[in-house]
Amino acid sequence: MKILVGVKRVVDYAVKVRVGADGVNLKNVKMSLNPFCEIAVEEAVKLKENKAANVSEVVALSVGPKQCQETLRTALAMGCDRGIHISTDLRTDYMELQSDAVAKLFQKVIEEKEKDIHLVLVGKQAIDSDCGQVGPALAGYMSWPQCTFASKVDLDGDGLLVERETDSGTETIKVPKLPAVVTCDLRLNTPRYATLPNIMKAKKKKVDTYKAEEFGVDLEVKNKVLEVYEPPSRKEGILVDDVDTLIDKLRNEASVIQ
Amino acid sequence: MISIAIRRFARKAKHDSIKGASGLSTAVSTGSRDEFAKAAPPMPVTLLTDDERMIQDSVRKWANHDLKPLVREMEKNELISPSIIQELYTQGYMSLEIPEKYGGVGMNFTSACITIQEISRIDPSIALMVDVHNTLVVNAIRFWASEFLQDKYLPKLATDSVSAFCLSETNAGSDAFSMSTTAKLSSDGSHYVINGTKSWITSAREAALLLVFCNADPSKGYKGITAFLVDTNSPGVQIGKPESKLGLKASSTCQIFFDDVKVDADHVLGEVGQGYKYCIEILNEGRIGIAAQQIGIAKGCLDVVMPYLNEREQFGQKLLNMPALQQQYAQAATELHAAEVMMLNSCRLKENGLPFVKEAAMTKLFASQVAEKISSQSIEWLGGIGYTTDMIVEKFYRDCKVGSIYEGSSNIQRQTIAKIMNSELEQ
Repeated sequence: MKILVGVKRVVDYAVKVRVGADGVNLKNVKMSLNPFCEIAVEEAVKLKENKAANVSEVVALSVGPKQCQETLRTALAMGCDRGIHISTDLRTDYMELQSDAVAKLFQKVIEEKEKDIHLVLVGKQAIDSDCGQVGPALAGYMSWPQCTFASKVDLDGDGLLVERETDSGTETIKVPKLPAVVTCDLRLNTPRYATLPNIMKAKKKKVDTYKAEEFGVDLEVKNKVLEVYEPPSRKEGILVDDVDTLIDKLRNEASVIQ
Repeated sequence: MISIAIRRFARKAKHDSIKGASGLSTAVSTGSRDEFAKAAPPMPVTLLTDDERMIQDSVRKWANHDLKPLVREMEKNELISPSIIQELYTQGYMSLEIPEKYGGVGMNFTSACITIQEISRIDPSIALMVDVHNTLVVNAIRFWASEFLQDKYLPKLATDSVSAFCLSETNAGSDAFSMSTTAKLSSDGSHYVINGTKSWITSAREAALLLVFCNADPSKGYKGITAFLVDTNSPGVQIGKPESKLGLKASSTCQIFFDDVKVDADHVLGEVGQGYKYCIEILNEGRIGIAAQQIGIAKGCLDVVMPYLNEREQFGQKLLNMPALQQQYAQAATELHAAEVMMLNSCRLKENGLPFVKEAAMTKLFASQVAEKISSQSIEWLGGIGYTTDMIVEKFYRDCKVGSIYEGSSNIQRQTIAKIMNSELEQ
């Protein structure tokens, strides 16, 4: 089985972003591997370590600027075998390059470069765009089954048994046959650290770079972002002395009860 | 005509100098683009390579996530947990400069210092085990041990064997060369017999391998000092009780008793009688690692203090904005930055084969002073709560005190610096 893992370079989750005229200010901001992509990498590497899965290779794929090579290095240090970097200077935080184009780029990689992919693992969403669309869109374009928000992935004959987390509970989905696309949720696993020996080994692993324009995919913005602004700062609350006052305020001031 | 040409030349030169790096006055003044491109611009020592940054991120993550929860417990038990020691090996922290062919990570010295610094930010006791193992024992073996000894020990040191550096004795601290541990060559020349007691040995309780400095010929004075590699489980080796210390409590510090310990003659590190040279040279570098530890401690303090100052309010304002405190923490950060720049520069001097002994001594001296000052101030900035064990800063305050004592006391560092300054004067 050959696995393709999507890894996105995003603003580090701990950074407090600032919004400027052009949207979120990315200058000199710490960037990291998207946490959900990290979970996808961990799942791919775990499958590779599981002899029963018979994984021949795990390939990491990243779309973005030159610095994506560092993101790919982290994925390689965690245990991926090879990396593919699709190079573009378009902003990948939804401002310029959007999910549909990314899904189509993934499709091109699968159809033209890595023809025998059995499983695509991606994070459920990127923490900058929060779209969650690349996985499902890719599955649609490839006409492959998709399982989103996976909190557990098990091998099941020729396919998979996936537990899917939703707000109303967890459902178990059977994927009878691969290939398929699975998007990974928070509780799927705890990603390992890249140990120093693996970081050094990752240097020798192959990373192929292609230009995004090479694939003939329409990279144009489909949804134009008109404005980006910070949410209004929360006003200070008030303390009330009793339940009656609370109900009064909820009804007459906050207008949330009749 | 000429003035126009000069103006155009000057504009091009100015353009090049804006586009390019500073310090390239010769290249720019010829106006030659090729010269400019060829001359590699000097880079800031604080600019790490991609590898080094990855390593820094990785160690920081591990230390914060896996090490932090165990710090207080290890201090209370005065024991580095075996699971942490195992993790140190899995993560590669105990084989930082061991070549890959022996199972090591094969990184550079700067990466080792970065690792030590990042671990120290969370627990300097663990960092000390890592520091001594890598910068003193492993490197001494890499530099001077025979191929036989390297093949025998480096793979073990890379996978599971902790090591200890046995130089000091009760009556031989700064005056290490006055040591009284002896190594007598057997009549058939096949082995040495070691007798004596070493004191203040870090990681003595956990070490599987000891690098022991003994005098093999006291009649020659310090020129008889010879370094030996001794397995801890050799008959006659006894590890004493761990000292009860002010800080770095999890790190074991013990006496080691050598009672007619037999060591094969081929376990001499390098050459007989050269031990004094090896120990000076290895300590010259090892002290940069200690500096990294001290800097890590100071950073660990500020990691706690700065967010606190940003949250705590008194007299209707954040402590962070009070001018009196701003004066103090700005000064502290300045001195810390200076120490860090000195440390990184010492690393780069050493890596590039340039003289670094004076700079390394200055770095260790200064870093230990900065750590002591900042850890002390940090308790004050935190106020009453800084004095309690609820905050980690009181531990850092106790941990860093020995920084001005071990691996060359501050007085010895200043003496080393003065000696070199004197020799520079005579030139």
